[in-house]
Amino acid sequence: MPISTLWSMSSSRMLLYFTSRATTLSMETSSSFQQLGMQQTLEPPRQQLSCYKCSTTGSDPGKDPGKAAGSSGGSGIGKGSVPMVCSTPCGNPYAGLVSHLRASWLSGKTRPMEYRVAQLEALGRFLDDKKQEILEATELDMGKPSFEAFFSEILLCKNELNVTLNNLSQWMKDEHVDKNLVMQLDSAFIRKDPYGVVLIIAPWNYPIQLFLVPLIGAIAAGNCVVIKPSEISKSTERLIAETLSCYLDNDCYAVVTGGVPETTRLLENKFDYIFFTGSPPVGRIIMTAAAKHLTPVTLELGGKNPCYVSDTCDVTNVARRVAWGRFFNAGQTCIAPDYLLCTVEMQEKLMPALREAITEFFGPNPRESPDFGRIVSDKQFQRLRALLGSGRVALGGQTDEAERYIAPTVLADVLPSDPAMQEEIFGPILPIVVIANMDEAIDFINARPRPLALYAFSCDSKIVNQVLERTSSGGFCGNDTLMHMTLPSLPFGGIGNSGLGKYHGKFTFDTFTHHRGCLHRSMGLETLNSPRYPPYTQQKMGLFTSTFEVRRRGTCTLL
Amino acid sequence: MQNMQQIVGQARAAFSSGRSRPLEFRIRQLKALERMVQEKEKEILAALKADLNKCGPNANIQEVLGVLGELALTMEKLPSWAAPQPVKKNLLTMRDEAYIGYEPLGVVLVIGAWNYPFVLVMQPLIGAIAAGNAVVVKPSEVSENTARLLAELLPQYLDKELYPVVAGGVPETTELLTQRFDHILYTGSTAVGKIVMAAAAKHLTPVTLELGGKSPCYIDQDCDLAVACRRITWGKYMNCGQTCIAPDYILCHPSIQGKVVENIKATLKEFYGEDVKSSPDYERIVNQRHFKRVKSLLEGQKIAHGGETDEASCFIAPTILTDVSPESKVMEEEIFGPVLPIVTVKSVEEAIEFINLREKPLALYVFSNNKQLIKRVVSETSSGGVTGNDVIMHYFLSTLPFGGVGHSGMGAYHGKHSFETFSHRRACLIKDLKMESTNKMRYPPGSQKKVDWAKFFLLKRFNKARIGLFVLALLGVVAAVMIKVVN
Repeated sequence: MPISTLWSMSSSRMLLYFTSRATTLSMETSSSFQQLGMQQTLEPPRQQLSCYKCSTTGSDPGKDPGKAAGSSGGSGIGKGSVPMVCSTPCGNPYAGLVSHLRASWLSGKTRPMEYRVAQLEALGRFLDDKKQEILEATELDMGKPSFEAFFSEILLCKNELNVTLNNLSQWMKDEHVDKNLVMQLDSAFIRKDPYGVVLIIAPWNYPIQLFLVPLIGAIAAGNCVVIKPSEISKSTERLIAETLSCYLDNDCYAVVTGGVPETTRLLENKFDYIFFTGSPPVGRIIMTAAAKHLTPVTLELGGKNPCYVSDTCDVTNVARRVAWGRFFNAGQTCIAPDYLLCTVEMQEKLMPALREAITEFFGPNPRESPDFGRIVSDKQFQRLRALLGSGRVALGGQTDEAERYIAPTVLADVLPSDPAMQEEIFGPILPIVVIANMDEAIDFINARPRPLALYAFSCDSKIVNQVLERTSSGGFCGNDTLMHMTLPSLPFGGIGNSGLGKYHGKFTFDTFTHHRGCLHRSMGLETLNSPRYPPYTQQKMGLFTSTFEVRRRGTCTLL
Repeated sequence: MQNMQQIVGQARAAFSSGRSRPLEFRIRQLKALERMVQEKEKEILAALKADLNKCGPNANIQEVLGVLGELALTMEKLPSWAAPQPVKKNLLTMRDEAYIGYEPLGVVLVIGAWNYPFVLVMQPLIGAIAAGNAVVVKPSEVSENTARLLAELLPQYLDKELYPVVAGGVPETTELLTQRFDHILYTGSTAVGKIVMAAAAKHLTPVTLELGGKSPCYIDQDCDLAVACRRITWGKYMNCGQTCIAPDYILCHPSIQGKVVENIKATLKEFYGEDVKSSPDYERIVNQRHFKRVKSLLEGQKIAHGGETDEASCFIAPTILTDVSPESKVMEEEIFGPVLPIVTVKSVEEAIEFINLREKPLALYVFSNNKQLIKRVVSETSSGGVTGNDVIMHYFLSTLPFGGVGHSGMGAYHGKHSFETFSHRRACLIKDLKMESTNKMRYPPGSQKKVDWAKFFLLKRFNKARIGLFVLALLGVVAAVMIKVVN
C-alpha cells in the first residue's frame, strides 16, 4: 500500500500514529486497521476538517512532539530496546503499535513532569472543545440526558483532572521513609516509576468517564497508553478514535477500536499494566491473558449492589436518593443500587414515595422526559424485558422496543429465586426483596458475592454502622447512593467478584505507578557493616540484634 | 492428599465467624507467633541447617531476626495502620463522614519458597494475620525439614482453623489453587508465577507475585573497589547464591575487571578462609537438580576463581567468571547459585542499555562515588527495588515496599506494605438523611442553573484546616439558601 493511501485513510480515521512516519509498520497492520475503519461509514465533516488540520501539524517535523523518539530513537536507550518487546507471535496486528509506544516510553520522553502536565492539559482542552460532541454522541448511543452526561462524563472527569494537576508534583516526588540505625547515613525512598505501556479497556455505560479517568492517572504516572473504547457505544467510540489524537502525543497514546476479535488479538501483546472495566466473565478472560505476560491488572467489575432500608428513616428522602441512583443513566451504572432490602411495612411506605419521586424527576410520562435515558442495545433491552416477570410490577413496567425504552420500574415482593435476583440488572428496574429485620438483610448480603457498592439507609447511625461493619463490599455509602464515587479522595474499586484494584484521584496515579523501594547507601563507615559479614561470631550476632531492637522501640511514625 | 476443599472451607467458615477481625485477637496471634519463634528457635535453626546447611548465626541473621523485627514492628504499629483514614471532602459531602476503612480480604493463601523457607512464609503470614485474614500456609516441599516443622509448630501456637498449614508438592499445590481465595501471595519462579496468576484469574483473586530475575550490579570506575567488592561478595555468596535479590551478574569497565576479581578473591578468603568447603558459614545447593543446573552454567566459561564442585554434598565453591558473553547460557537464566559472571561494558550508557534490553529485574545495584551517576542509573532503568553502593540492604528496611515489576513480579510487601497488601481499602461515605435541599440540584429534571451549581460544589475543594470551619459553615448556609432559590 503506498504511503499516500495510508495517509488518506489515517486523516479520516485519525489514528495519527500511522502517519507519523511509522515505517516500521507491516502491511498487515495497516490493512487490518483500515478494515476496522471501514466498518464505520459516518464521517462527521466538521471533525474531519479540524482533525485534518491537526494531522498536518502532527506530521510537521518541526512541531511533531513525537519526532525525537520516532525518528532518531531519542536517547541511546530507546533505540536499542525495540527488538526485545517482540514477544508476541509475528503477524499480530497490534505488535507494531505496541512496540512503537514502547520505544517512545523507553526514550524517556513521558517522564518529565512538564510533559505529563502538557498532555493532561490537552485532555482538559479535549473536554472543553468537544463538550457538545460528547453530549451528542452519548445521546445517540443511549439517549443519555445532557444533564447526566454533563455531570458524569464531563464534570467528574474535569474534577479528576484538576485534582491530578493540582497534586501531580507532590505525588511524583520520591517518598522518603524511616530508616533503622545502620542506615542513618543513607537515603531511603520510594521512587514513583511509570510501568511502561499500559492498556485501558473501557465499557459503554459511561464511555467517556470510564476511559478518561484511568487515562488521566496513566498519563500522570508517566506511562504510554493504548486506549480501547467500547465498540457498543458506537458514536462515542468514533468520537474518541477521531478526535483524541488531535490532543495527545501520538507516539505515546493510541486509540484502538474493534470488538471481541480485535481485543483478543490486542491482549496477546505484552503490556505493563491492564486496566479493565466491564463484567466479571470478561474480567477472568483479561486476567488469564495478563497472566501469560505477568501483567498486573485492575479489574473494575460489577455485581448486585444491595440497598438496605431500615424501618426508621425519612421515606421521602430515601425514595428520592434511591430513585436517583437507580434511574440515573437508565440504570446502566455499575454502582447503582441493584435491589432494595426492607421489611414488608417499609415496602408499603416506600411505594408511594417512589412513585412521587419518579413523577417529580421524569414527569407523568418518563418516555417524554428529556432527563431519562434509553437502553444501549437491543440485546440488553431483550435481557432486561425478560426480568420484568419477577415479583409484581408495582410501578412502571412499560417498554418500547423501537426506542429501547424501559420505564422506571419498581418490582415488589421479589423472591431471591426470581430471574431479577440472578444477575446484575443494569437497567431501570428496582426489585424489592422483603426481609424480616436487619440481621436477615445482613445474612442475605453475606450469602452472595461481594458487591461493588453497598447502601444502607437509616436515621439511626448505629444501624448504618452495623451494616457497614458486618458486611464486605468495594465501597459503602450510608444514606445516599452513588455519591461515594464523586469524591476523588476515596478509592473506587471492587472486592472479590466485583473486581480488584482501585482508582480515582491519587489512587489512579498509584495504580499506574511502580513503587520502587530505593536505598542509597554511603560507601564510608564500613565498620558499621562488619557485623553482617562472615565469619560469624556470637559477638557479631549481638551487634546485629541491637540494630534491629532500636527500630522496634522507635517512636517515629512510618511513612 | 489432604482434602483441600475441606481445609479452605474450614478456614472460610472460621473467617466468616468474624473472630479474626478484632485487633486484640490479631495482636494475640502475633504474640503467639513471636513466642513460637523465641521458644522454638533451636528447632527452627536445626531445620534450616538440615535443609540448606545454614549455620546458627547465619540462619539467625537471615531468617529469624527479620521475622522477630517484623513481628515487633507490626504489633506496635497495627492500631495506627488499621485505623480508619478520614479523607478530604468536597462541598457536597462536607457535612458527611468520609473515610477509608481497612478491612480483611478473607482467606489468603501464602505459598513459600525453599531458599529462605522460614522467613518467606512467616513474613507474609504476619501481614495477613495483622490485616485480619484467615491464612492457608503452604511451605515449599523442597525444604522439607522446615516445611514439616512449620506444619507442626504453627497449629500449636495459632488458631488451628484460621491458619491451617498444607503440606505437599506440585499435585497438592495444583489442587489447592483450584480453590477460591481472596488473595494469593506466591514467592518463587516466573514460570510458576504465571500458572498461579492464571489459576487466580478463574476466581478473580488478586495476587502478589514475588519472583526472581537476573539482578544486575553495575560497578563504576570511580568507586572504592575494596568496599564495593566486600559488600557484593557478602550478598552474592550468602545462602550459597540462592537469594532472589542476590546480585546476579556484574557489569563493569574492562579496565577494572581484574581488580574486581582480586578484591572478591581477597574478601572470600576473609569470609570463608582458605578452605571454603570446611567453613561453617558457607551453605550448600538445596538439591541435586539445582546442583546440576548451576554446574552446567560453568561449561565453556573462563573461570577466574573457584569452580570446584562436589556432587555428593551439593557443594559449589564461590566462583567468578570473567569476560562473559551476553549470549552465553549463564546470562540467559537466573543463576541462583554461587556463580558470579562479569560482563564488561564500555560506559554507563552501555550498562543502562544492557539492563533495559532485558526483563525488569527484582533488584538493581549500582556502586559509585558519583551520586549523579547512581541517580541517573536509577532514573533510566526499571527494577523492583534498588540499592546504591550496597546489595540486598533495601530488603531489610521494612519501610520500603519489597516486590518486583514485570517478570520479577507484582505487588509488594514488608511492614505496612504487607498490611496494605492483605487489606481491602473500603471507601466509606456516611451521609445525613436530612439536608435534602443540597441534593436537589443533582436530581432531574435538569436545568442549566443546576449544572452551574454542580460545578460549584464538585470542582471547588476546600481544606478545612486552611479556611476554617466558620467559613465553611457560612458557605454551606449560603449554598443552602441559594439552592432553595434555584428550586
